[in-house]
Amino acid sequence: MRALDFERPIVEIEEQIKALEKEAQDNKVVKQALMRLKERAEELKQHIYSNLTRWQTVQIARHPDRPHAVFYIHHVFDDFNEIHGDRNFRDDPSIITGFAFLNGRKVAIIAEEKGQDTKDKIYRNFGMPHPEGYRKAMRLMDLADRFNIPLISLVDTPGAYPGIGAEERGQSQAIAESIRKMLKIKIPFVSVIIGEGGSGGALAIAVADRVLAMEYAIYSVISPEGCASILWKDAKKANEAAEALKLTAKDLKEFGIIDDIIPEPLGGAHRDPVMAMNNFKEYVLKHLEEVEKLEPDKRLILRRKKYASMGSFIEKEG
Amino acid sequence: MIPFFKKKKQLPSGKDRKEIKEELFAKCEKCGALYYKKQLERELWVCPECGYHFRIPARKYVEYILDEGDFEERIGQNIYANDPLKFPGYAKKLEGYYKKLELNDAALCGTGHINGIKVVFFVTDFKFLGGSMGSVYGEIFLRGTRKAISENLPFISLTTSGGGARMHEGIFSLMQMAKTVVGVVELNEANIPFISVVAHPTMGGVMASFASLGDIILAEPGALLGFAGPRVIEQTIRQKLPEGFQTSEFLLEKGFVDDVVSRKELKEKLTFYLKHLGGENGRSKTD
Repeated sequence: MRALDFERPIVEIEEQIKALEKEAQDNKVVKQALMRLKERAEELKQHIYSNLTRWQTVQIARHPDRPHAVFYIHHVFDDFNEIHGDRNFRDDPSIITGFAFLNGRKVAIIAEEKGQDTKDKIYRNFGMPHPEGYRKAMRLMDLADRFNIPLISLVDTPGAYPGIGAEERGQSQAIAESIRKMLKIKIPFVSVIIGEGGSGGALAIAVADRVLAMEYAIYSVISPEGCASILWKDAKKANEAAEALKLTAKDLKEFGIIDDIIPEPLGGAHRDPVMAMNNFKEYVLKHLEEVEKLEPDKRLILRRKKYASMGSFIEKEG
Repeated sequence: MIPFFKKKKQLPSGKDRKEIKEELFAKCEKCGALYYKKQLERELWVCPECGYHFRIPARKYVEYILDEGDFEERIGQNIYANDPLKFPGYAKKLEGYYKKLELNDAALCGTGHINGIKVVFFVTDFKFLGGSMGSVYGEIFLRGTRKAISENLPFISLTTSGGGARMHEGIFSLMQMAKTVVGVVELNEANIPFISVVAHPTMGGVMASFASLGDIILAEPGALLGFAGPRVIEQTIRQKLPEGFQTSEFLLEKGFVDDVVSRKELKEKLTFYLKHLGGENGRSKTD
């Protein structure tokens, strides 16, 4: 497992434990040492992961071993069938769309995928969609709405791609249209921030009845690096910027921006993907069932109301 | 150093020459021509030489676009930013803008008339944190669209929002993209005309929400319009951007704005669309 800087002490102990386990056999002394080491490892994990700074959380959200959309699609859902293309320009691999079953019920899925190995990352453009990706997503929203299939979106992107082609083909317009569409479709819609919720590129598939976030996910208007280079002209101050931006799942829940936090294994989903997957499934089902109970018109009214009331301001007399 | 030589010559008004020069003259950023400000004022701050559109404050647009003296600036004028993140330096910045610009935020909204047609007019001010969209901006917008619906008036937005979604309010600013689009959807369903005018510069979260959803989208010439800022794109792709990239004319060519309209013709253009889209069902009220 690849370790982040602040995880080093944990990984070192875990390596020692592995080495000792090989030797332990029936040796009582070694076994006792092993026990103590394991206790120490637990304490250390508790200590480090319970006191993460926001910047450390950002690093876990971007961890190279963190399960991505493809993992959840294939392990949480059954019989996934992908559909491709925006019927206009091309297929954008940064966004995966298709149909599947969740615990026996039909669902439609929109997911941002960052890619696994280097080759796949390049193919997926590191999870940074082009306008045609959002237009493909809109196709799926329309289909799901017409055939009354609940929609689930998985958000994981550094942001919508800033490039020449993206601007030429109307990145702004695609995101704006996608937001408008999500405020018009009547099907149940649950969105999950599984890793990185990068600004408009994330919101473009996340205007939902319920928005959930994995425990170590982040969601922000700008990346900490981008914020730091604007504020202090120094991208290296991302640490301070992350603190200022208050972008963790816990922050978002306190602000009322997200509806629930999906617990992850201590230290992140990659430390126990099965547990992460089970929690994901449980929480998505719970929220889906809740919003399914509402009348379609009522559901849409509530969704619009939620976004219409977002913001923090003071009204003065006069 | 002898103080005598350092002393600036004081003119009777108590200002030095540089200050007086800045007060009277303005230089075109594009062609470098120098003008009396009074002359530019008559030209609606469009360079007579090269057609460059100077950036102007929200209240100037009110003056140039609405009929004289009837702007009722009353939608959301008592709401103020709450600094929900306690973001470094934000509160202090706001105080400065309140004093200097006499605005409660980057947006101004009210009812007025355009050649006799009553409208709700929403306009932003670049000088207020780059015309960026935070919670107050979003709230003013939504109150404006709802006013338009309740009184059956066309809605016009005019943006100079280079800052996009306002960083200082973090995730709250991002949510304003969805909030303003709720306003647009409501306008659409009530069949109220929505004209979006985009001026220099309109970027990021503003361009990627309501500003790109006008029934008609008009752009001032030469404005920088787009999603990502040019510097961000250059850093990402590691090459220089072509001349004229992300300008109004570029967006017109690519099919993302309906027309590029000089500031001097904007009022008449708006009047045409207001009449045309307003139709005969009383929407183009001339009261």
